[in-house]
Amino acid sequence: MNKIVSLFCGIIFGIGLVISEMINPAKVLGFLNLFGEWDPSLAFVMIGALVVATPLFHLFKNKEKPIFSSSFSISNKKEIDKKLIIGSILFGAGWGLVGLCPGPAITSIALLNMSSVTFVIAMFVGFYIAKLS
Amino acid sequence: MNIVNFTPVSALTGGLLIGLSVILFFILNGRMTGISGIASNFLISKNNRIDNLLFLIGLILGPLIYSYFTKQKIEISITNSLFLLIGGGLLVGLGTKISGGCTSGHGISGISRFSLRSIIATMTFMIVGILTVLITNIL
Repeated sequence: MNKIVSLFCGIIFGIGLVISEMINPAKVLGFLNLFGEWDPSLAFVMIGALVVATPLFHLFKNKEKPIFSSSFSISNKKEIDKKLIIGSILFGAGWGLVGLCPGPAITSIALLNMSSVTFVIAMFVGFYIAKLS
Repeated sequence: MNIVNFTPVSALTGGLLIGLSVILFFILNGRMTGISGIASNFLISKNNRIDNLLFLIGLILGPLIYSYFTKQKIEISITNSLFLLIGGGLLVGLGTKISGGCTSGHGISGISRFSLRSIIATMTFMIVGILTVLITNIL
């Protein structure tokens, strides 16, 4: 059953990225262009997602277990370390250059846009290099 | 600052769906969604590999299902050179793996749990993204 949930949650997430237009890098770059022609839409996407996820997370986090799995798996990392900051800086730079982050990049494979496919391949190479180091 | 192309209703609607996906994945499967984690773990780790693959397939099916039912064509615009596409992709892959999350993992899942780590990560990549666009516009 959790296989079906994974597929279904992926579909809902992907449709959310399409409706919010976050699948379009030009729209994301418009948000990051705070000091120019600014498009605040991305902030509303995050507000929409947090309004649903935050109260329900805190409502369900103390349940014994999830419905289709034996236990919850949530990150227990707490430290604010160099890796967190350096990684976020590298990610922010790549995000600002192209306007794609992992979710929209993978979702946009559906559109068979060669630029976004190139980006996704480079991103997977990046995952692999980070894993090696 | 001039506000342009602002689409609050579709942004909020899409955001609500993304939040719904995140919370269903948590309540049903017990996991907090982060796309960089799902994608990189699919590549690197045997744990949950099929689940991770199915989630990624779902993401790609999303636009196809949307287009099928609404009969709308989805347009995106990417104007970068090949060099910047590869450089940007590498930076996003490296950065999200090193910091342990992206816009979804830190920005939505982490912030909804009130994780200080994720709040700091989100502020950092947003500020750096804004500065990167500022610098690119000047060059």
